Order: sequence, then C-alpha cells, then structure tokens
Amino acid sequence: MNTISNTHIVVIGNGMVGYKFCEKLLAKKKSDQQITLTLFGEEPRVAYDRVHLSEYFAGKTADDLTLATPDWYADNGIRLFLSDPVVDIDREEKLVRSHHGHIVYYDYLIMATGSGAFVPSIPGVEKDGVFVYRTIEDLELIQSYARKAKKGAVLGGGLLGLEAAKALLDLGLQEAHVVEFASRLMPRQIDEAGSRILQNQLESLGLQIHLAKSTQEIVGGDCIEGMQFNDNSLLDVDMLVISAGIRPRDELAKIAGLETHPRGGIVVNNQLQTSDPSIFAIGECALAHHMIYGLIAPGYEMAEVVATLLLGGEKEFMPFDMSTKLKLIGTDVASFGDPFIEEPACKTIRYENKAKGVYKRINVSQDGKTLLGGILVGDAEQYNMLLQTCKSKTILPPDSEDLILGSRGGEEAGAGVMGFPDDALICSCEAVTKGMICHEVSEKGNHTMDALKKSCKAGTGCGGCVPMVKDIISGVMKQNGIYVRNVVCEHFDYSRQELLDLVKMNGAKTYGAVLNEFGKGDGCEVCKPLVASLLASLWNENILQKDRAMIQDSNDRYLANIQKGGTYSVVPRIPGGEITPEKLIIIGQVAQQYNLYTKITGGQRIDLFGAHLNDLPDIWEQLIDAGFESGHAYGKSLRTVKSCVGSTWCRFGVQDSVTFAIEVEDRYKGLRSPHKLKSAVSGCVRECAEAQSKDFGIIATEKGWNLYVCGNGGSKPQHAQLLATDVDKETCLKLIDRFLMFYIKTADPLTRTATWLNKMEGGMSYLKAVVVDDVLGIAEELEYDMQKLIDVYQCEWKEVVQNPELRKRFSHFVNAPVKDPSIAFETMRDQKRAKEWA
Amino acid sequence: METQTQNAVTWHIACHVNDIPEDGGGCALIDGKQIAIFNFARRGEWYATDNQCPHRQQMAVSRGMIGSHEGEPKVACPFHKKTFSLQSGQCLNDDSYKINTFPVMVKENLVYIGI
Repeated sequence: MNTISNTHIVVIGNGMVGYKFCEKLLAKKKSDQQITLTLFGEEPRVAYDRVHLSEYFAGKTADDLTLATPDWYADNGIRLFLSDPVVDIDREEKLVRSHHGHIVYYDYLIMATGSGAFVPSIPGVEKDGVFVYRTIEDLELIQSYARKAKKGAVLGGGLLGLEAAKALLDLGLQEAHVVEFASRLMPRQIDEAGSRILQNQLESLGLQIHLAKSTQEIVGGDCIEGMQFNDNSLLDVDMLVISAGIRPRDELAKIAGLETHPRGGIVVNNQLQTSDPSIFAIGECALAHHMIYGLIAPGYEMAEVVATLLLGGEKEFMPFDMSTKLKLIGTDVASFGDPFIEEPACKTIRYENKAKGVYKRINVSQDGKTLLGGILVGDAEQYNMLLQTCKSKTILPPDSEDLILGSRGGEEAGAGVMGFPDDALICSCEAVTKGMICHEVSEKGNHTMDALKKSCKAGTGCGGCVPMVKDIISGVMKQNGIYVRNVVCEHFDYSRQELLDLVKMNGAKTYGAVLNEFGKGDGCEVCKPLVASLLASLWNENILQKDRAMIQDSNDRYLANIQKGGTYSVVPRIPGGEITPEKLIIIGQVAQQYNLYTKITGGQRIDLFGAHLNDLPDIWEQLIDAGFESGHAYGKSLRTVKSCVGSTWCRFGVQDSVTFAIEVEDRYKGLRSPHKLKSAVSGCVRECAEAQSKDFGIIATEKGWNLYVCGNGGSKPQHAQLLATDVDKETCLKLIDRFLMFYIKTADPLTRTATWLNKMEGGMSYLKAVVVDDVLGIAEELEYDMQKLIDVYQCEWKEVVQNPELRKRFSHFVNAPVKDPSIAFETMRDQKRAKEWA
Repeated sequence: METQTQNAVTWHIACHVNDIPEDGGGCALIDGKQIAIFNFARRGEWYATDNQCPHRQQMAVSRGMIGSHEGEPKVACPFHKKTFSLQSGQCLNDDSYKINTFPVMVKENLVYIGI
C-alpha cells in the first residue's frame, strides 16, 4: 500500500489532541502532498471538548461539546473507526490491528491515546455508586445514579475534582463533599493561603470540603454507603466520584515494546518521536521533558509539532509553560511561572483580602528585578500582564507590589505594557506580538481597536488581550506625540480637572469671566455646559443667574427635559420614593389641568410629559406650593435615591432603608457632577432597591450599612464595588461626601463613576486608599467642600417661580404671548404622546 | 452682498433688544413664520435664522447654544447638536442640512429682521 506519492498516517485516539492533529495536518498540507488519514477511537462518539465536560450538567448537550461533526471527517477523507480501539501494533510490518479486526498499514503512527482516571486501590471502589469523571459516558452514568442519591462526594480536590464537585451541585444533590488527601485544594497550582481563600468561596456556595483525609475504605453493601478515613472518621455518602489524578494510557505502547516510563507515559524526544522513529506520541499519553502535560494547550502544541514535521517542516516541542487561568465555580484561579518558589530563592509579596475572597502572590527575584511567578485567586484580572512580565523578564519597577495592588498615588507603576520587549506575545490566540501592534499603530495609522482587529487580528480570539492592546495603542500614540492631552475644546487648552482647579483658585462665577481669564474665542456647545457644570459644582449658585442661563445645555436652561416635538417634562423630587396620598392627588390634578402624560420612572418618581415651555413656571408654582421641589431630572446631577420599604414594613428588613434613603437624597439633592448620579438604599441583603447597580449604593447589614460605589447602567452595565463594610450612618455619609467630591474634582466631562474608576490608575484599591484611608490627606477638604455645597442648596425652580426676570424667559415667542403653534400630539392608551418625527 | 440682500427685503420689527438674552437666542413670530434671533453680545453681532431645525423639523434652533468654530459664529440645535453657521446657515457637522439666515438691523433698541 505504501507508495512514494501517498503517505499513510494512522492516528490512535479520537480525543481533543488526536482531532486537533488531523485538523492541523489538513490545514497545513500543500496541494501536492498526498496523505491518507485513518483514525481509530475507543469511544462511541467523535472527539468532544473534554475541558468543558462539566457544562454537560449545566445544560450543554453532547452535540454542543462536539468539536467537529462526523461529516467533517468524511468530507476531509478521513477513515474513522469509532468504538474500535487498536489492540495490536506490528512494528515490523508497520500495521495496526483493531478490536473489530481492521488491519491498516502505516508510514507514520500517531499515538494520541490520552489518559484515564487514576483510581487508587482502596477497598470497596468496585461498589455501585462509585464513578470516575472522564467521558460523556461517565457523565451519563453519574447523571442517572444521581437521581436517587442525596449525598455525593468527590475524591480529589484538584482541578478536575472541583469541576466534578460543581457537577454534583448542578445535579441538585443535597450535600456535595470534596475529599482531598493533601492539606489544600488544587495542590499543583496554588499554595496554602490561596487554597484557603478558594475554600471559603467554594464553601459559601454549599460545597463541604475535607482536607488531609486519607480514605481507608469505601463502605456499604453492593452500593456505597460511606467513606471510612484513617483518622477513624466516617462520611455518609451514597455516591462517589473519583477524580484523584490521571494515568497515561500507555498499555498499547508497552505491548508494542515502545519505551515507557515506570510511573506511566510513552517516552518521546523533542520531536515527540517514541523509541520507534515511525511512531509519535502526543497529548496526555506522552512523557516529554520528563513530564506529562495534563493541559490542553501543550497537547495542541504537540499536535502542531508533529503535523509540521510530517509535512517536511521543522519544529521542536519545547518545555511548555504551565501557567493557567480558569474560572472554578465562579472563582478566578490562576498561576504562572514558578508559583511555589520560596525565600531565600526569591522575595515573595502576598496580598490577601478574606472579605472579598481575593488572594494574590508574586515571587520576585532576589535583586527585585524580574518576576518569577505567582498565584491569583478571586481576581485574576492582572493575569495577562503578569504572565507577560514574567515570560519576557521585564525589569520591574522599584515598588514591585504595585504589580498586584496597583499604584497607590505618586508615579504610576513603571512596568506597564509599554515596558515589554517587542517580541512579547500580547494576543496568544493569533500570535500577535507587541512589536507588531506598535508597528500597526505608528506606521500604518491603525489607532483604534477595531482597526487593529482588522489589520492584524489582535484581540479577535478570546478577547483577553484587548485591554493590553488598548494600552499599547495609547502608549504608542503618546510616544509619537499624537495624543497630547484631553483638553476641553478649541476654546480652552486645559483638561476639565485643570480648569476646575483654576476656576476654584480664581473664584470666577460667570462664564464670561472664565473665558476671559482662561480661554479664547467665543466658546461653544462643548465648553459652555462643561464650565456651567464646574461653576455649579464649585459654588452651587442658581444656574440661570448672571450669564449662566445661556451656557446651560437646553435641559438645564429650562430646568426641564426637552422631549420629541419640543415640549418639556416635569419631575418633582420624591425623596426615597416615599409620597403621601395628598401629594399624589396634587400631581394628578396638575397633570389633568395641563393635559400631561404621566408615567412612573425607573427611579421611583412620577414624570409628567408634554408641558409647553410657557406653562412650566405655572406648573411648578403649583407643585412648589404643595411642598414639592425640583427633581433635577434635567441635570447632570444627583437624580434619585431609590429605596426598598425596609424594616418599617418588610418582615426581612434589618434597617430602615426608606429613612436613610430620604436623608441621603436630601443631603445631595441638586449636586451637579460630571455625569448624572443615581443611588439606592436596600434594607437587607436581598437588595430589592438594586443598590449595587448605582453610582453609590447602600445595603443594610445586621451591624450597620455596607457602601458600594461606581456601579451603573449606561450602555455597559457594571456592578458597584464594596467600599466600606458595617459602617454607621454618619461614617457612611462622610465616605459618600469624600467619594462624590473626589469624583466631581477628577472625572473627565460626561464620564460616569464606573468609567471613571475603570480609567483610574490603581483602580478600586487606590480609590479606597484615597476615600477611606485618606492617603492623599485631602479627606477633610473634600468633606468641607461638600458641606459648603449642601449649605447653600436652594430649590432652583422655587427661585425661578419667585423671580419675574427669570420667569420671563419661559416663553416660546419673544414678541407674542402664545404657545408654539407647531406642537402636535397623538393619542395612545387614553393619554397623549408626542407626534412622531416628521 | 449685504447691499443686495438689504435691497430685496422688507424690514419687520421683531422685538426689543432686551427681549433676547446676551449671548443667547429667542424666537420671534413674524408674518406667521418662526425666526430665531441671536444676540451675540461677546462679538457685538446679531444674527437671525429659521427656528426650525431641518434634521427633525423641530422648532428649537432659538433655544440652541451659540459659539464659534475657528472664528465662525455658529448655533447648535438642542435636540441632536447639529450645528449651523450663523453666517451662511450651512450645517457644519452634516453637509446635507442648511437653514435660512436673515439680515438683522438694530435701531433705537429695536430689533428688525429683513425677510
């Protein structure tokens, strides 16, 4: 069968790596290269994604997990034998014989037999209800047995074991236990401290974890009833999944006389050749560089190496980096480089936050110059950056702790992505280096993420590198002087923050004064509202007085939101969403009198739409007489503080959330800021007020209040993050004072709190350091500035209603006392609506 | 050009100068037509345009913010921030729109619009 023009390749094993080898070989093959591929698989189905096996229990089907359909094999001319393991290799004749008797000759034989579950020899492992966790068939057995089981355990607290434990939770068992022989979870990836944090997180999800337990016997009759440990303790379970490690499938290689390792694995050289040069071994059955690589990435790399070699190329399998990042039952776990190296061989820096379930460890060389490795649990956002810093041996900044803590004031940490060498791999999916990206940005003019995705595919795979790519873009542009400064507009050569400081020192209170002193030209629709916001945030004087009315955005100019058709909407303040029946009636009467459309808003207030400009002062006069105030729904300012009903009525409430919400709303009402602000107060952990979706949110605890900041909706929703725990009301308000004032002073225009935080060097830990720990020593000033604004608050609608000069401006025509005749409405569900755009 | 325009128009009294706020605008009803009038006090200039923005046919140009772009006086419609040159009426951020402009004359504290 062997001809010169056609190479016969036989692959044993249709797992992920065996499949990947076929895929790569076909993709690399040139049109003049003739190959006949035969693939034997032991399992009844085609290759599937074993890495995400546990998702089978979370609702994925076997089809979802399939890597390629049976048609794919046929279409590509692959002869595929399923449920038909190879039982014999004749190396003299160069042929294999399968279980079903198929005989196939080969020029090259690829062993991708993978691994099986390692089952320790414990008495009782043969009992019913004891499973391994390796194939879809295993999962089907587990699934069907779990229907009658209540308590399940997993033997083994490694990566796979924890995946299996998640599966037990997903299957709805009442108790799910993890039993680990070592004194910590995931002993191959993380250290004691990291394991403790991970354990806390998993326990909070309902897993019960037993460490340093050696199982002596599996007890019961025909079926498992419990596990007996050598410390004489007993755990009652009615099913057990063994996930105590893997055992390379090298039995066929042994029969064929290939060299294997006494502890398992087919020995291969750097070309992944076995002791027979015509036979290669790849994946978890191969022992390369004295180890079994039990991860998918090195398996794929092995497939790549052999596919290249067989097509006449050159490639070696190098010792593979075993750094990993994964999400285990919702918790990030990552390790990179040498995670375990100890002093004195290195200097170790650890950060641990039990409350948030975060642990970070980095190992730095003795001279402090390079990163040797590390561990991240609970927050692995910096993984890509750290991995690159470690791999490329980037020189570290003097304060290497900044790598995991973020810079805390002062100079920014020096080892950003711009410190990487040009050959540092940024996008590992598409193999794009930093140098390639720099070239695209500075030589080809691709300045946006979208442009780069098109030009070099960076960031198009998993997307994990996108933040780094963005940093490189702005870094290169800065270096090239393209990006100068975030100045306001052509009329002001300052950033918002610079201008705020200047105006504060100068004491200017009108736009004219600010423009004369610090700007040029006549201003525009960008700088006018920005200066208006600064003046309001600094002095809190009525925004329509002096020359300020004309610099307000149109909503602020008429203290109402302009709507489709040119009418305005009216939103009276209803602090905390609490309102008396009398006040509700007033709103109803006003709406009837002026024929307004009424709707409940998302912030627990009532919006009245369709008011003519000319009617606004009269409408507000009635509302103010009834005790209402402006709701500032038109301003970049504090909008509402939403609340749940809290402990006054709710049987679950632990604190009076309504009272606190009213206090908070009354304190900050009218406060103008770079973007609109929303808040909420929840009376217990059930969080009915959705405080964690607000710019600042408060949740009652048994002992006080938890304060969350920098969450919001907007186009990209983001949850608020915990700033302080169990604080009393007074402290809570003090922290909010500081937080809001710091935001007002430093945020770019129209930047929401979440975006502001995302852009902040050092992120949440820096914000906390400023607001809670006062590392900048500005807390007192921030509180003072806030108190000043609160002290001079006036309802701006009340001022307008009482001031004939201001009131006069609320008129559509300057020369006729009539309303805009062009305004028209339509009817919908018994109310009116704006006429559709023409 | 100014002479030509002035020759062809009829002057209408629109309002008193104090009716239009400094560095702001107001709308006058002239012959059943809505005209936006701007008192660009910072430049000592007056301008008048259509009050209707051609983008969404909204009667709101007079409520827009005025300013300049590289020296050219302009107004931004409050609805979607289309900006128009106060001199030519050309939309500066969307070539497909243009508004009419009208000559303005101020005499004895009264504002006259030429149509």
